[in-house]
Amino acid sequence: MLHIKCPHCGMRSQNEFSYGGDASVKRPELGKEISNQDWDSFVYNRKSLRGKHWELWQHLSGCRQWIKVERDTATHEIFNTLKANEEIL
Amino acid sequence: MTQSFRLENVGLINREKKLSFKFNGKSYYGFEGDTLASALIANGVHLIGRSFKYHRPRGFFGAGVDEPYAIVQLYRNGETEPNIKATEQELFEGLEATSVNCWPSVNFDIGAINNFLRIFLPAGFYYKTFMWPKSFWYKVYEPFIRKAAGLGIASIKHDKERYEHKYEYCDLLIAGSGPSGLASAYAAAKNGARVILAEDKARFGGTLLTSEVNIGNKSGKEWAEGIIAELKEMPNVTVKNRSQVFGYYDHNMLVMSERISDHLPKTKKFHPKQKLWYIRAKEVLISSGSIERPLVFGNNDTPGVMLSSAAKEYLKVYGVLVGRNPLIFTNNDSGYETAIEFKKNGVDPVILDTRKDPQSEIVDEAKNLGINIKFSYVVVAAQGYKKVKSADIAKISEDKERLGSVENIKCDCICVSGFWTPTIHLASQSGNKTKFNEDIDAFVPGLSKQNETTLGAANGCYTLNETLKTSFQTAHELSKKITNNDKKISFPNVVEKKSTIHDKFWCVPLPKGKNYKRFLDFQNDVAVSDIEIALKEGYRSIEHVKRYTTLGMATDQGKTSNLNGLQLVSRIENKVVPNVGHTTFRPPYTPVSIGAIVGREVGKHSKPTRKSPMHKWHEQNNAIFVDAGVWLRPRYYKQGNENLFEGSKREAKNVRTNVGVCDVTTLGKIDIKGPDAAELLNRVYTNAWLKLPVGKARYGVMLREDGIVMDDGTTTRISENHYHMTTTTAQAANVLSHLEYYLQLVWPELNVNVVSTTEQWAGAAVAGPKSRDLLQKLFPKSDVSNEGLPFMGFIEGDLFGVKARIFRISFSGELAYEVNVESDNGNFMWEKIMEVGQEFKIQPYGTEALSTLRIEMGHVAGSELDGRTIPYDNSLEGLLSKKKDFIGKRSLNREAFIAEDRQKIVGVVPLDKKTSIPEGSHLVKDSNATLPNPKLGYISASCWSVEHDNPFSLAILKNGKNMIGEKLFVMSPLKNKVIPVEIVSSHYVDPKGERVRS
Repeated sequence: MLHIKCPHCGMRSQNEFSYGGDASVKRPELGKEISNQDWDSFVYNRKSLRGKHWELWQHLSGCRQWIKVERDTATHEIFNTLKANEEIL
Repeated sequence: MTQSFRLENVGLINREKKLSFKFNGKSYYGFEGDTLASALIANGVHLIGRSFKYHRPRGFFGAGVDEPYAIVQLYRNGETEPNIKATEQELFEGLEATSVNCWPSVNFDIGAINNFLRIFLPAGFYYKTFMWPKSFWYKVYEPFIRKAAGLGIASIKHDKERYEHKYEYCDLLIAGSGPSGLASAYAAAKNGARVILAEDKARFGGTLLTSEVNIGNKSGKEWAEGIIAELKEMPNVTVKNRSQVFGYYDHNMLVMSERISDHLPKTKKFHPKQKLWYIRAKEVLISSGSIERPLVFGNNDTPGVMLSSAAKEYLKVYGVLVGRNPLIFTNNDSGYETAIEFKKNGVDPVILDTRKDPQSEIVDEAKNLGINIKFSYVVVAAQGYKKVKSADIAKISEDKERLGSVENIKCDCICVSGFWTPTIHLASQSGNKTKFNEDIDAFVPGLSKQNETTLGAANGCYTLNETLKTSFQTAHELSKKITNNDKKISFPNVVEKKSTIHDKFWCVPLPKGKNYKRFLDFQNDVAVSDIEIALKEGYRSIEHVKRYTTLGMATDQGKTSNLNGLQLVSRIENKVVPNVGHTTFRPPYTPVSIGAIVGREVGKHSKPTRKSPMHKWHEQNNAIFVDAGVWLRPRYYKQGNENLFEGSKREAKNVRTNVGVCDVTTLGKIDIKGPDAAELLNRVYTNAWLKLPVGKARYGVMLREDGIVMDDGTTTRISENHYHMTTTTAQAANVLSHLEYYLQLVWPELNVNVVSTTEQWAGAAVAGPKSRDLLQKLFPKSDVSNEGLPFMGFIEGDLFGVKARIFRISFSGELAYEVNVESDNGNFMWEKIMEVGQEFKIQPYGTEALSTLRIEMGHVAGSELDGRTIPYDNSLEGLLSKKKDFIGKRSLNREAFIAEDRQKIVGVVPLDKKTSIPEGSHLVKDSNATLPNPKLGYISASCWSVEHDNPFSLAILKNGKNMIGEKLFVMSPLKNKVIPVEIVSSHYVDPKGERVRS
């Protein structure tokens, strides 16, 4: 079971969190023209990376904040966690 | 029976307490502190089971966790449990056990014919033979193989025992209480660290209990007892025996199973049987020791052949002789320790040492004691079927290739020692890449992957002095890092017998003209010849050899067999062992009972049960409940001998004619506040929200980004910046997360707060033509007329002194209201509604009637909004705003979503107006078409229309828009039904929606 550092609450076990996918995906702006291809790739296309990956988790049974977690998908090592409003560098 | 192999005055058992037990129906006695194995050996019982494949007789091989043979079916307090190791099961009064894998009895086993057919049962036999004819597999081969194999029978009864889970945190978790475990626990604890020390066995101390050493002028055992006693008193230390750390998972999470009651005749009241500990440790010290390696020779699986360390443990811990005429076969000094213990207790052993001329203290001691030692000698084969009777022995050449002339000597047991294999399972599970240590011919942990350190014998260190030194030091350093304390322990003086290195010999060649089976894996019956066949057939990777031959795949996971298998492969392949590599170690290290893994989450406790504040009233009024997610909801209120169909029909009818009340507390409720609340709703819902006035509710549909409907519900504007959202019962949690996602990550600029208030409000839906009359009596001070409270209106009211919210919304299609009060007042509200409603013939209605009412109205719910449908499919396209953007809108113009013949919701009525239509059935054009019959749609929900008094269903049908009036067939192969039906509008009752507005 992973040990995830919630930037708001501190170290917590994985079972308090739920996974939310790739954190680098940006939702296209509302009401803006967008090609079918770009929209499809926002909705469906995700890389299945091996190695470092920024992903979203929600601290569901804690502060309910969505957070960003940099995790190695092969080793589960967690390098960094950020609040929702902090930019990935 | 007398315990004829029990010594007097030796051992750690409690002779004051005699225990009776039964094995295979026969009664025996043992003592408190015995294992089932030690008690059986004390009684001279050596035949305990039959082997897995050849059904050869099986005895005892080890004295603990490494035991491959002695697996029994245990009977305890009316329960039975398979796969119990007799060497680990502590004896208790009344214990009963039986052999497994033999029929009709362990003494006469029919399956043993396999032993004589073994020439036909080589590696891969099952793969090669039971391939054809294919039809034979299910009916002939598989049942036969299943009956022949297996290690006991799982109970089919409900397990009455309780199993607990516990989460724990510590600075240091120490797995194993041998010399390194005790030393490191002591050093770390004294330095202020929070320590958990786990020992698999009942007794702490590991090898200190059986080896002749001296630490700080105390015997090893006394030193261990002293340390444990001190540790137990320390508040920062948890000491656990009968506790196996069996798995090392990510981020230094380890799992340990504690056997709390397995050693007792029955579990004490209020105690669990076992406890599973999830331990998050800052540092892990692996002091799991090592397991003696067997030597491989002919018939080395005969009962009476066992590890020399096991023989010593039976003697020193349990006071039991494994034989009166022992033969010790060793390639190192460990065998001598066992021989000396025998000699000290008046038994004359013979030692066969593969080495030519070893020089060490302990060899001299054995010589001085007058023990008969034969150097450069090996056991060629054990003789005897159900027990060793003699051994064929021979001198071996210096290159270990050739045997001298074979002699036979009498013996009743053969104690083997092929040196020691570190127990590296936990280190390997943590991700540690192990390395091969040439000096000890075994793998040891390499670079640490997580925060783990392996100490002592588990790390390949076999001298006590070195072990204690590194353990004290490592534990001090690690604890210092955590606690910042620097309290050092003075290092005790250690006296142990020096030993020499072992002989790199492990497998005795076959004598000319003999074809003895030489076993590597004792539980799965894998012999040297099987590995040879696998390699001959082209298997190279050790992982493939393992799977083809099943080497190391038994329940003991190859604890005694893996390394010898590797040695063999590397010898035949002319490679060095590290290049062959070892197979993957996976948790659990030892079998863990399913009960412990499941813990208390069984039956009703497998998920939480949520009840509404009116639950008690429902119970008292004969509600039959149904699971709705985690909620318990009344399905119908039984009157007399009514069944579900009759009861729900009565309730639904009463709603259509008088008035009914339904508990809708379970609906998800989200409180939304903030200046941008309307903007948020406008973005998540498909319809327009910016102009909703205060005091009005609106129905809304929300989509996922892929255009699929996520949820629906009504949201009411309570005040300027305050909204009350309702969701379906099932999606409540998901919708909240959904809103939080967009507010926190996508549109953080929106100034809105959302919070779940599902539990804060109790809800009652009051529906039916007389609902307004009832409402007027409930809220005499409020104007609930059609003008005062129009459809989709909202007011606050005073319900006999209780503040209430009244929403004029309808799920049933009737004139209806939903009354909410704070949860604590829920029951008061309910009782008042029932009391006042009496004159209007009010009846409570359950979820079944609720469904009936919404189905015949054509209102969609979870069975239509099933994660596969878009708004159009549900005839909700009218709610799609053309003017504004919203979540998922961009996906709605996908080709399939705008296709001319896109699926759409329709109503379905059987032509005979009698036959009920099973939910999930398919709609087809031609019931006699050849298969596969093209499916046009499916039945999503069915009911008995109370308005029309005939069956009615909703269906999602291809080209549904143009299908009204068509005649189709409903097919349910599951229920074997073919029903001719007519497609009608999904609005079967009040299609213009006049009633809700009346």
